[in-house]
Amino acid sequence: MLDFRWDLLAEYGPFFVKGTVLTIGLSIAGILIGTVFGLLIGLGKMMKNKYFSLPAKWYIAFFRGTPFMVQILLIHFAVIPPIFGGTNSIAAAIVALSLNSAAYIAEIFRAGIQSIDRGQMEASRSLGMNHMQSMVYVILPQAVKRMIPPLGNQFIVLIKDSSLAALVAAPELMYWGQVMQGQYYRVWEPYLAVAAIYLVLTLSLSFLLSRLESRLSTE
Amino acid sequence: MIEVKNLKKSFGNHVVLKDINVMVKPKEVVVVIGPSGSGKSTFLRCINLLETITGGQVLIEGVDITDKKTNINSVRMEVGMVFQQFNLFPHKTVIENIMLAPTKVRKVSAEKARDKGMELLKKVGLTEKANAYPDSLSGGQKQRVAIARSLAMTPKIMLFDEPTSALDPEMVGEVLEVMKQLAKEGMTMVVVTHEMGFAKEVGDRVIFMDDGLVVEKNIPRELFDNPQQERTKSFLSKIL
Repeated sequence: MLDFRWDLLAEYGPFFVKGTVLTIGLSIAGILIGTVFGLLIGLGKMMKNKYFSLPAKWYIAFFRGTPFMVQILLIHFAVIPPIFGGTNSIAAAIVALSLNSAAYIAEIFRAGIQSIDRGQMEASRSLGMNHMQSMVYVILPQAVKRMIPPLGNQFIVLIKDSSLAALVAAPELMYWGQVMQGQYYRVWEPYLAVAAIYLVLTLSLSFLLSRLESRLSTE
Repeated sequence: MIEVKNLKKSFGNHVVLKDINVMVKPKEVVVVIGPSGSGKSTFLRCINLLETITGGQVLIEGVDITDKKTNINSVRMEVGMVFQQFNLFPHKTVIENIMLAPTKVRKVSAEKARDKGMELLKKVGLTEKANAYPDSLSGGQKQRVAIARSLAMTPKIMLFDEPTSALDPEMVGEVLEVMKQLAKEGMTMVVVTHEMGFAKEVGDRVIFMDDGLVVEKNIPRELFDNPQQERTKSFLSKIL
């Protein structure tokens, strides 16, 4: 620790920048696809029709109940090759992150919608609005506000989970940290740098989300 | 105008309404009283199908709302409802609360909906609160906004489910005043309430319910001064 090698870090700077860009890309893709999927699965789970709600329940049970590491390895080595005709670490990372976060986001959506007082739907329906209109204009705007803190949590988890893409050699931030350790047999420099960059990413995200939350406030 | 025939409602094995028959004529104000758990709120909620009906029929202007072919949304457009807990939309301002249904359901232009909304706010004495959020209003003000919101759909019938029960005593008057005004203008109303003064003064008829049945119905003076049933007598003696 006393002989912290800044020069080695400087040498790896460009790789860390490249890795950070990919980490951000994987995270954004995972957040966007996971949110859309999560919404659909969450709505599916709330349906009275068992043909929709049961698969949604199983989906959530599987992706929440098994380790992400297992999921990403399965997807990388077993799911992606038949589709892409070979392995593709970036595609595998995006698919794994999206599918995994969708399970959590589905539950966040469901909890958000169900947390809105029943009277809101009743008032809306009593005014002649149909179920869809009531959802869009009355329930969802209120639910989304309550979903922001848990969604923020989930997005932060997702950014950190993207580091597991290093397992399948997706050249993201963690991957370059490991490469640097392997080349110079140094541990403090690469991993402290990587930790600092992840911290900047997650803190920026939580700052953005708290700004959004205060803008939606009706106080 | 409203015809309730052999209405039955149960939640699982629990029978709430046993056999209700009620007629409400146009411009009539019918007040429903009774102890808690008597089924009076459930009865009111059945009239615009906020509860699924177990048996019997509810006809609104001749349309059977229990018929699966009936478009319940178009029936509800004509039947306003005011709730005990106000149920204002907290993410919208007062005027937006009032404008929402007319613009989305009746497809009225925003401009016209706003004019109408301001007119209604004037009627309930809250023009200065148009751009406030519901959280900043008192209970009485909230309930007056809720009434204005229902009226914005120009309903033919108004249902009131214990509109003053969640209010501080000093705010009850302002809400009852708005309701009296409505009654004077000839609105058909069904009011579930514990306000016996209101029932006597404004009600054309009073219905006393207990244990899922209509025990007695009469004009207010007769029902309050000369109750025929023992159950009515004992209820009235406890509250008057």
